[in-house]
Amino acid sequence: MARLIALRILQAAPVIVIVSILAFLLINLLPGDPAVVIAGDQASPEAIEAVRHNLGLDRPLIEQLGIWFVHLAHGNFGASLVLNQSVLSAMGERLPVTLSLAGLSIAITLPIGIFAGAIAAYYRQTWIDSFVMTVALIGVSVPAFWIAILSVILFSVILRWFPTSGYVEFSHDPGLWLRSLVLPAVMLSLFQIGFLARMTRSAMLDVLSQDFIRTARSKGLSEWTTVGKHAFRNALILIITAIGILLSTAIGGSVVIEQVFALPGVGRLVVQGILARDYPLVQGVMLIYGFAFVAINLAVDLLYTFADPRVRYD
Amino acid sequence: MTDIAAGSISGSLAPRRRFVLLRRLAGHRSFQVGLILVALLTLAAIFAPVITGVDPSSMKVRFRFKPPSEAFPFGTDNFGRDIFTRVLYGARVSLWIGLAVAAMSGLFGAVIGILAAQFRRLDAILMRVMDALMSFPAILLALGVTAALGPRMESVIIALTVAYVPAGVRIVRASALVVRELDYVEAARIAGASNIRIMVRHILPNSISPLIVHVTFVFAYAILAEAALSFLGVGVQPPTPSWGNIIAEGRDYATEAWWVMLFPGLGISLAALGLNLLGDGLRDILDPRLKGRG
Repeated sequence: MARLIALRILQAAPVIVIVSILAFLLINLLPGDPAVVIAGDQASPEAIEAVRHNLGLDRPLIEQLGIWFVHLAHGNFGASLVLNQSVLSAMGERLPVTLSLAGLSIAITLPIGIFAGAIAAYYRQTWIDSFVMTVALIGVSVPAFWIAILSVILFSVILRWFPTSGYVEFSHDPGLWLRSLVLPAVMLSLFQIGFLARMTRSAMLDVLSQDFIRTARSKGLSEWTTVGKHAFRNALILIITAIGILLSTAIGGSVVIEQVFALPGVGRLVVQGILARDYPLVQGVMLIYGFAFVAINLAVDLLYTFADPRVRYD
Repeated sequence: MTDIAAGSISGSLAPRRRFVLLRRLAGHRSFQVGLILVALLTLAAIFAPVITGVDPSSMKVRFRFKPPSEAFPFGTDNFGRDIFTRVLYGARVSLWIGLAVAAMSGLFGAVIGILAAQFRRLDAILMRVMDALMSFPAILLALGVTAALGPRMESVIIALTVAYVPAGVRIVRASALVVRELDYVEAARIAGASNIRIMVRHILPNSISPLIVHVTFVFAYAILAEAALSFLGVGVQPPTPSWGNIIAEGRDYATEAWWVMLFPGLGISLAALGLNLLGDGLRDILDPRLKGRG
């Protein structure tokens, strides 16, 4: 077990290095001369030279990479060209919004998705199963930003139940905070619920067809004990995996949802950064998210090892 | 899509089993519905010029913001452009991007996955790179790459391929690792088959089923992701219509002219729904071990 865990942590180290290199390469992907792209077509030669020098683009690639790693080692993730702010502080200001949104969405997704999937599996091939799975399928097929705009028209413009956009900080007014996030979080959850329900159903079906379930039933255990305790507990392992995936899709999905609801989160920061050609900002945010998910995936795998001793890494 | 799927299976299976599989697929409810949906949308995309006869960019300012009617089945937008025509032409862009991403991520997934399974030293490097790519939320990775390459159709295809290749690699590698230990691969090796022959003739055909299923779902994801990127303004640029950018343009006056953004969204939903149904059907039939898996 200890060897396994050590091995898995050792695997994460090169991944962190590769994530850093991939983020570094982002600016070098820019077609033509990155300095010209960043400074803009109208920029004077002096301005282009300044950008080139400030970003270190005038040095050899390998030297740039070296400087990149030295900066990272000092916790320097670069600075925005537009905001006059470091990436860390720009992201730090907006992260609470994104995390509130993603957290609320996962809090909505987990109970509903798991319940729906479990019910569908238990009543497999009945109308309940078909109904739940059809709804889940629609959930993973409908584009989130589209249904989100439609929901704004219905719930905010016509019914006036929610504000059309904007964000209120939790410390300012918890009630208004929740009200500003409910609709975005629900819209973000539609895909996630469908995804989790489909995943839970298949995991439950696997477990329900196992020998130990037949044994439990044939020795006379009640249906509740059989399904609730034996089957569900086994399927729970899947939830650990699901949380890692859900976090990733929630962060990804929040980019469009924040745009629709004008929430001042990290997703909106990235989109504005791209439109303003603020590539160092985009690069820094991607890098930080990349690091975060290396850690999250590592945690998921380790939890998995504890939850299911049969797990082996190859 | 199904042609590709059926074609690749046929390479690996005896005619008899192929026939049984096709018959099972034809009898599968999800598969039927998905096939009809995808076929109808594909036909609509291919025959767009025949169906409408109107140019998707032609503006008639005196017909601005007309609600759906006989003359304009899906209404018109702020420039008086016919939304029905734009949605049909948008289908060409969106389905083409989805197909290209599915095909390319399937191809790279197969090649990299089999190489990783076959060569252990390469495996460690390749899989760490895949782990790294998978550490970025897919849509964010695609957003970054599209932004760097410039807002064009090719950039979107490359970006989404990069985002979806790692999952395909993992799937192919996992089944290739199982297949390479089987007796007939050992037999082929003893018989003196070269590494390449073993990979192409023996391992690939027998690890391809899960990849076909996966690629069908990638097709659906890619259509959704393309729409999201175009909506955010980094995807396909107007005036070329894509389902995503029609919605983005229609958003500003969504309360007054709801029809502009309603129909392209329905197009995306139906395409993704059809492909997900196809994927469910293919998975049930090709990969019975995974029956019902989401």
